[in-house]
Amino acid sequence: MNLSVNIAGVTWKNPVTVASGTFGSGAEYSEFVDLSKLGAVTTKGVANIPWEGNPTPRVAETYGGMMNAIGLQNPGIDVFVQRDIPYLKEQGATIVVNVCGKSQEDYVEVVERLGDEPVDMLEINVSCPNVKEGGIAFGQNPNALYEITKAVKAKAKQPIIMKLSPNVTSIAEMARAAEAGGADAVSLINTLTGMKIDVERQAFVLANKTGGLSGPAIKPVAVRMVYETAHAVKIPIIGMGGIRTAADALEFIMAGATAVSVGTANFHNPRTTIEVIAGIEDYMRRHHIEDVRDLIGIV
Amino acid sequence: MGITKITAQIISQHAIADGIYDMRLAVGEMAQGAKPGQFISVYSNDGSKLLPRPISICGIDKEHGELRIVYRVAGEGTKEFSTYAAGDTLDVMGPLGNGYTLKDKKAILIGGGIGIPPMLELAKQLDCEKSMVLGYRDQDFLKEEFEAYGDVYVSSDFGTVGIKGTVLDAIREYGVSGDIIYACGPMPMLRAVKAYAAEHGIEAQISLEERMACGVGACLGCVCKSKNVDAHTHVKNKRICKDGPVFDAEEVEIS
Repeated sequence: MNLSVNIAGVTWKNPVTVASGTFGSGAEYSEFVDLSKLGAVTTKGVANIPWEGNPTPRVAETYGGMMNAIGLQNPGIDVFVQRDIPYLKEQGATIVVNVCGKSQEDYVEVVERLGDEPVDMLEINVSCPNVKEGGIAFGQNPNALYEITKAVKAKAKQPIIMKLSPNVTSIAEMARAAEAGGADAVSLINTLTGMKIDVERQAFVLANKTGGLSGPAIKPVAVRMVYETAHAVKIPIIGMGGIRTAADALEFIMAGATAVSVGTANFHNPRTTIEVIAGIEDYMRRHHIEDVRDLIGIV
Repeated sequence: MGITKITAQIISQHAIADGIYDMRLAVGEMAQGAKPGQFISVYSNDGSKLLPRPISICGIDKEHGELRIVYRVAGEGTKEFSTYAAGDTLDVMGPLGNGYTLKDKKAILIGGGIGIPPMLELAKQLDCEKSMVLGYRDQDFLKEEFEAYGDVYVSSDFGTVGIKGTVLDAIREYGVSGDIIYACGPMPMLRAVKAYAAEHGIEAQISLEERMACGVGACLGCVCKSKNVDAHTHVKNKRICKDGPVFDAEEVEIS
């Protein structure tokens, strides 16, 4: 039985990674998960310099999900390269580094710094709804997305995954822009911009007022967008949005994703990734499927 | 002994004041590593509520592998927990956070509202001269249990129990003194405690709270502003769930 997948020339031992920002750099969850057992570890976004992030409260629970407005707090590339990459390498993980920035120069600087590091892939976060400058500004306009993809691709030594925002009119158009810019893969969806109001306090729940909605509540939207993207581009897709079971993961794969990411569910059950992998294996046994790749886009 | 997530059986639960519940959980090995000031993440059995509720540890029974939590019903999650009885189960992760650093100095333990429960296990374990100052809204709870460990001074918002006023009012009113403060309670109380400790030149360990998601330091949801750079991001944002919840009062800014 084969669970391995190939994404832009990189072999993952199975199709399951974690969504950036829900797993730190793996260390916080190492008591629960053998990081080498995952298809890949996708790290929390890293910028060229440390970012403090947003004021608190940064998180709120919603029905079947949660909202966050962390604001991409991160230690910057220097600490990341010294501490987090060697750690992940030592654990035997396949490493996808999520890169964030406020300007095209920021992204390119981080990508260049990672060029000689033992990193397998880069995921470019152009879809964070919680930072005012940069981030989402590149992710909601196809021309801007095309330009930044091209600029990053020109300097990147590893394959690049453009992480797409669902907060757009046409996900297919955005995916095509990324592909045209030279993206090796796309990942979707990032969170949906939402808002929650505490009626007793008559105030916003999050200090940032708005936040990114994630969790099972958004899964049908995410599956639909993966399906549309699979029909719009030829590059591989990493699907995510509300996955907490193997059946959820298989929905994304059947919609056209080559791999999937577990995000919010890590907060509910730190062993979700491992259970999803086991569940996919079990599904394949039950359905006499030899190769997980035979399920990609099967519907 | 690290952090584990288990399905724990409820040994007992009862209300001890309006909206305040006292629950004992069979957690086995998890109790062995637990310290006063640490907390556990308690997960809902309802699949629509994904995030755990961080609840401080009120009592540790290593011999029987039990943890006791005393919590206030503050929303849908804690409301659900309050409906359970002996024999029901809840998923819990723990022990989480750093806990208090116990010192052999004349101590003042200050608890405000739902910040009172974690002081009970601390009172039990602190083997030194100590005074306990408890601030309630209106009804008292756990007061008699504290009295087994030393002198207890009480304040309440409307004077229904103890003196009318804050815990700081009680400290001044009764002339409570000590060389170290351990505190847990609402932010305005902690701000006043921090100022009091600074004014008297004494050490204060304060326990903070914030909305959390992961509970293990990964999501960066529950940070507070700190004086020194933090270990994770190397900015001045300490993670309450991982670097705390107990901090040296001088180390953190209380907003």
